[in-house]
Amino acid sequence: MAVVETVKLSKHFNDVKAVDGIDITIQEGEFLVLLGPSGSGKTTLMRMIAGLEKPTGGTIKIGDRVVNDLPPRLRNVAMVFQSYALYPHMSVYNNIAFSLRPLGMTRQQIDDKVHWAARMFSIDHLLSRKPRQLSGGQRQRVALARAIVREPDVFLLDEPLSNLDAKLRAMARDELKQFQRQLGVTTIYVTHDQVEAMGMGDRVAVMSNGRMHQLGTPQVLYQSPADTFVATFLGTPPMNLVETDSCLLGFRPENFLPEAAHPDTPHPLVIDFHLTRVEFLGSDRLLYGTIEGADGPVKVVGDLPSVIDYTPEPGTICPMMVDRRHLSYFDKSTGQRIAPTPFALRGLRDPAGTA
Amino acid sequence: MVTTSTPLTRSMQRRQSRMLKLLDSERFLASAMLLPAVAYIVLLVGIPLVTAILFSFSDATMASPEIDGLNFDTFITVLNDPVFRRSLGNSIGFTVISQASMVVLGNVLALALMKNFPGKWFVRLLILLPWATPIAIGAIGWLWIYDSVYSPIDWIFRQVGLLGIQGDHVGLISRAPNMYWLGQYGPFSVILVQIWRMLPMSTVILMAGLSSIPQDVKDAAEVDGVGFWRTYFQVTVPLIRPIILVAFLFGVIFTFTDMTIIHVLTRGGSDNSTQVLASYAYYKGIDGGNLSQGAAIAVFMLPVLLGLAMILLRIARRSEVR
Repeated sequence: MAVVETVKLSKHFNDVKAVDGIDITIQEGEFLVLLGPSGSGKTTLMRMIAGLEKPTGGTIKIGDRVVNDLPPRLRNVAMVFQSYALYPHMSVYNNIAFSLRPLGMTRQQIDDKVHWAARMFSIDHLLSRKPRQLSGGQRQRVALARAIVREPDVFLLDEPLSNLDAKLRAMARDELKQFQRQLGVTTIYVTHDQVEAMGMGDRVAVMSNGRMHQLGTPQVLYQSPADTFVATFLGTPPMNLVETDSCLLGFRPENFLPEAAHPDTPHPLVIDFHLTRVEFLGSDRLLYGTIEGADGPVKVVGDLPSVIDYTPEPGTICPMMVDRRHLSYFDKSTGQRIAPTPFALRGLRDPAGTA
Repeated sequence: MVTTSTPLTRSMQRRQSRMLKLLDSERFLASAMLLPAVAYIVLLVGIPLVTAILFSFSDATMASPEIDGLNFDTFITVLNDPVFRRSLGNSIGFTVISQASMVVLGNVLALALMKNFPGKWFVRLLILLPWATPIAIGAIGWLWIYDSVYSPIDWIFRQVGLLGIQGDHVGLISRAPNMYWLGQYGPFSVILVQIWRMLPMSTVILMAGLSSIPQDVKDAAEVDGVGFWRTYFQVTVPLIRPIILVAFLFGVIFTFTDMTIIHVLTRGGSDNSTQVLASYAYYKGIDGGNLSQGAAIAVFMLPVLLGLAMILLRIARRSEVR
């Protein structure tokens, strides 16, 4: 168990800056998620912490040691790969025991450890099987057991759930989080799936193009995104962005509701919404349409929970409202989050009440 | 323009569509495409093989190549021939020693060439050259290297003081002793050339095997921290074992049946110390004109190679990781 710290860590492949100066500190026992689209550098960052890639610049510390020049085996990290990377010719037992063999343990000690790890993931009945005789979910558990058997200081997980089918994935998410809590081991988890990131991470680092956009708890990321990238990367559908005369105005679809459905909100922002289509999704209805931005109509989406017994009519102009506390303001040129600023919009019902 | 279908164009269309149908028929295509290969095998492999087997049971010679009757007399004569027994021993010995060394060296080379280093393409080219060179040409090069008097190896040995005294010569002719690579060291020299000859192919086969190991598995072994040797012998080798066997099998077949290198370098050696089955069969059957004995010697290679191929293919299939 250890604190992991990177300082100005970067990795360039020829001209491509895969990781471009990342400063991040992962606390002891923390579950940190690296979230980003493919090519954002999150896997390269993890591979550098594992010791599989050599950094171009910056330092990596695990515990009190700078580990830049240490090979993976001296870092005491364990990694779970997206493909699980089980040794196909070895039994499950030998897969789990493999990393213990060079440690000079007795046969009995190794046996105890393997059984401890296998029991933890309920695969003790599979120990004599070969990986090819296992289902996807079982392979994933073997990969996890193999990783924890050495009781590593840091646990690195590279999209470990993406090869599971959707139903299994939700279950595995819950289990994985519980194991991590039980073991209390510092964990770095790479994913491009925001559901995994929001659901499992103590903190989430959002990355793109080798840079870190924001590091924070899922709530902070969701409610006050640091820039327009984070705002539009998180949430399905993503945050609506509308250009005004002075700034970019952001609001989440679930906060953009028909005024008629919420008549008692104090100081709402009420906007004319040209509703074009209503999509019924069971628990929600998505409202597609446009509002008047600074440069003409902007497409926005509203998310109306089905518990609200009101459906506006497509093809009409519908007054929609946003609670002012739920508004985000971004700089028009940099996209960075800024303090609330006065703005003007053509479709506003109550121009006097701006900002 | 309006197209009218005259009887002429219609019949052309019909012929065309019949042609297309024929080209779409898998039955027709399969036989048409296989025919050249079958003809090739029957004419150039099947008939000579059957002829050789028939000859080996006869007493045919160049002078009277008729097959009058079939019996085991030629085989008995051949088995009692000490040169034949020596050739058989040499064939097996040279093949096993050269191919075993080749598998080890091939693995080392393949591992080295999988790494990135400056000038890698040049090293790859150098290593592949022996394979691209006709065997006869390569062997002539080696004949010069092994020359009894002017051998560059001897020259190097002399320069570093391993062979006689430097500068002890009359005119250009050195008075220092020579190694006579193709004399007393004949078997060693021949084995070295056989290794040189098969190394490129086995290296390429083994590199294909190495690159088929998923990067994740290599990374996992690295993170598991088991070190180079343990990773190599417990992960890499088991995963490429079928491919190692394929490289070995090919090497054995090529080496066991090769006569060019012996023919160019030693012609079997004055005391037959480097005589092998392939070269002895040639000297007996073609140079000596004894067709039946030459055929019998050659036929001895058949069961050995067949058996070997079957055993190796079976092991390869069993150790395949599915």
